[in-house]
Amino acid sequence: MRQFIQFLAEKNHHQATHLLQILRAIQSRYHYVPKDAIEQLAGLLHIPRTRIISVVEFYSFLHLTPRGYYELLISDSITDHMLGKINLTGYLAKQLNVAVGGVREDGMVSLDNTSCTGLCDQGPAGLVNGHPLPRLDRTRIDVITELINQQKPLAEWPAELFKVEDNIHKPGLLLKQQIDHGAALRTAFKRGMQETLAEIDKSGLRGRGGAGFKTAMKWRFGLEEQQNERYVICNADEGEPGTFKDRVLLNSFAHQVFEGMTLCAAIIGAQKGFVYLRGEYLYLYDKLQSILNERRKAGLLGINILQQGLDFDIEICLGAGAYICGEESALIESLEGKAGIPRNRPPYPVTQGYLGKPTVVNNVETFYAASAIAVNGGEWFANVGTEKSKGTKILSISGDCTRTGIYEFPFGTTIQTILEDCGASDVLGVQIGGPSGTFISNQEFDRRLAFEDLSTCGSFIVFNNHRNILDIVNNFTRFFAHESCGFCTPCRVGTSLLKKQLAKIVEGHGSAGDVVVLEELCQLIKNYSHCGLGQTAANPVLTTLGRYPEVYQSKLKEISYEPGFDLDGALETARRLAKRNDAGAHLAQTEENHE
Amino acid sequence: MSKTITIDGKAIPFEEGQTIMEAATAAGVYIPHLCHHPDFTPHGSCKLCTVKVNGRNCSACTFPAVEGQDVLNNSKDLHDDRQKITQMLFVEGNHLCPSCEKSGNCQLQAVAYHLNMLDNHFPHFFANRVVDASHPEVMIDHNRCIFCTLCVRASQQKDGKDVFAISGRGINQRLIVNAESGLLKDTDLEDTDQAVHICPTGAILIKRTGYQVPIGERIYDHKQIDQVSLAASGSRPIATLPPSLAVETEHPQHGEE
Repeated sequence: MRQFIQFLAEKNHHQATHLLQILRAIQSRYHYVPKDAIEQLAGLLHIPRTRIISVVEFYSFLHLTPRGYYELLISDSITDHMLGKINLTGYLAKQLNVAVGGVREDGMVSLDNTSCTGLCDQGPAGLVNGHPLPRLDRTRIDVITELINQQKPLAEWPAELFKVEDNIHKPGLLLKQQIDHGAALRTAFKRGMQETLAEIDKSGLRGRGGAGFKTAMKWRFGLEEQQNERYVICNADEGEPGTFKDRVLLNSFAHQVFEGMTLCAAIIGAQKGFVYLRGEYLYLYDKLQSILNERRKAGLLGINILQQGLDFDIEICLGAGAYICGEESALIESLEGKAGIPRNRPPYPVTQGYLGKPTVVNNVETFYAASAIAVNGGEWFANVGTEKSKGTKILSISGDCTRTGIYEFPFGTTIQTILEDCGASDVLGVQIGGPSGTFISNQEFDRRLAFEDLSTCGSFIVFNNHRNILDIVNNFTRFFAHESCGFCTPCRVGTSLLKKQLAKIVEGHGSAGDVVVLEELCQLIKNYSHCGLGQTAANPVLTTLGRYPEVYQSKLKEISYEPGFDLDGALETARRLAKRNDAGAHLAQTEENHE
Repeated sequence: MSKTITIDGKAIPFEEGQTIMEAATAAGVYIPHLCHHPDFTPHGSCKLCTVKVNGRNCSACTFPAVEGQDVLNNSKDLHDDRQKITQMLFVEGNHLCPSCEKSGNCQLQAVAYHLNMLDNHFPHFFANRVVDASHPEVMIDHNRCIFCTLCVRASQQKDGKDVFAISGRGINQRLIVNAESGLLKDTDLEDTDQAVHICPTGAILIKRTGYQVPIGERIYDHKQIDQVSLAASGSRPIATLPPSLAVETEHPQHGEE
């Protein structure tokens, strides 16, 4: 092991900024991060061991205790639940003789849940040692069980098990018309960088991650900072449950995404770019590296790009299971080899980002669109969409519809049209923009896809009338509690309190005042949290409570109050110590139960 | 002409580069806080110092003062919400004031009194946390840690060490120490370190000193935290008698401003 750690440190030039990448490699090889590795690494990177431990404990894919030789994770996204995930996980656990959350005695296999894997259109899905396992069913689980019990290396597993589909059902302005490799850069060099920025401005392109900040304005801010070192970051940490369009863009159109990044670098004067690729998309890593190499060979990346004197290169860094790293300043912290905790703002990344230098962070789709705009001009893009939301939006559609997958719609399209196109019927409602977005009911399908109406990062989950709203909200609320970074009090404590309070109501223990308490808690988390995660963590409750108050009310008991904790459960230790289990050793939760 | 912001309708001067907290403190305006300390880089995590800046919630300890800002610090809504945030800290850990050595000298307790917090409001987590009493002079009671990171910052910025760090994610956060064994006794911590004296709760304590000053004669037994905090920052000098002598003051008017 000592040699391997030494090798990793040297390969990463003893840079602590590469800590997360180094730890990923250690986890991948030993299926945990051993204590000795931490000690050795602390010495080699000249950082305290506490820094390493805090990184390991922050990311879901890193562990201080051994996981199985085969690390199995099953996606916990609501869409996986709708496709029978619970049943399948139970079956998997039984076949493999391993508990969910545990490691089998022989150390061969571990099984656990994980946040959305970005395979909602081909779930139920899982990961084995970071590689995707889409379309799980009992037949596939039997095959996987057999392979694991035979201890077959992953390389020898049938490729079909890992095959991820693009499922592009409706290409539009961008997806229909790919640009030639280098076309955006050639056009931009010919037109001039300032003029190209003006075209992007004219296009009205706004950030596709969901927040919708004007792209040209962000690039201009980056350009105007008085610094000689700048960075371009592509945010490919597509973690919002129900979103998977960036996975498809990177799988099939990576050239155009990289070209958008290079274009941004040429405009703002950056020499270095990063793609922060979510750990769940590990399987894309080699493919993306080879595309980068192709581009270097073609003179589209590296030194003196297209003989125009532009030096720019791109490095791909992998995440390790932390939704919060989709927040741009948390992403930068993660790139610097730290826990992904959002920074205080101001300063914004565009003035002080990676290593304190001006940094433009954009979504995969934003870079993808920017390169098309550079070729086709701003007007081409601005002619489509609404006044405030120009162009098109690429959606990831999942849930109750006949054709789940990728769709591209002009902004301004009604939800009704989208539902018709994806083959949804008997619809209860749609979750737009993922758990952090909005739940709309079937009375609102005339609303439109637009920043000024329903803004979205691309997640579009359809629910039919057989679905239970509280199950959906419960799943989303648990997700946020699990993904809260823990930095600020309202989100750290609040999301866990919210999870408990909602569970109390859903499980039928709520009484008259409990919905009021629930709402009060939501407002507190929303108004006082440090970053977007906390500020939106209560959206699932708030957007459904407003629309379906009766669903919550119907769950309440007709008593004035029931304690939030289990009175009888609290006596368990005492009963064990006293070796008693008679009626007198039990307490009823409420007086009502006594009668 | 110096620049000013407005806090609760009052003009407050500030210097370029100051945060709202710094400008307020210098002018004798108290904004409740726990993770903030004037000697260290602001952190912005406890969220008690949330103020409304031109209608938007911001952490006063990290948000820069800018000419013309209209800041709301003293309103019923902010007061009620700060109280709830404090209650969150109380239920997250195990804060049993009556049996705590720090009672009366504890900033968490004093802020709770200042905000007129009379109960815990939320259900308790009853977290199962441990005590590290391995060090001959200092102990950590993890039950009382609120993750303010003041010990982390003090150790790095004042003591030139790296004894403490926050590890884990979300509700599973925990304070860890820099030793291969994970125990405080194996770190280079000394009881004279600033990091030992900075804890706003009873999480880090110096052994055998817990009751040197009797309960009833401690800092916040006789003064509200706003007075103490402002005096400590040197903004509006009030009598700075050692706490054990400061018995002539009136009974604390908990919860009244």
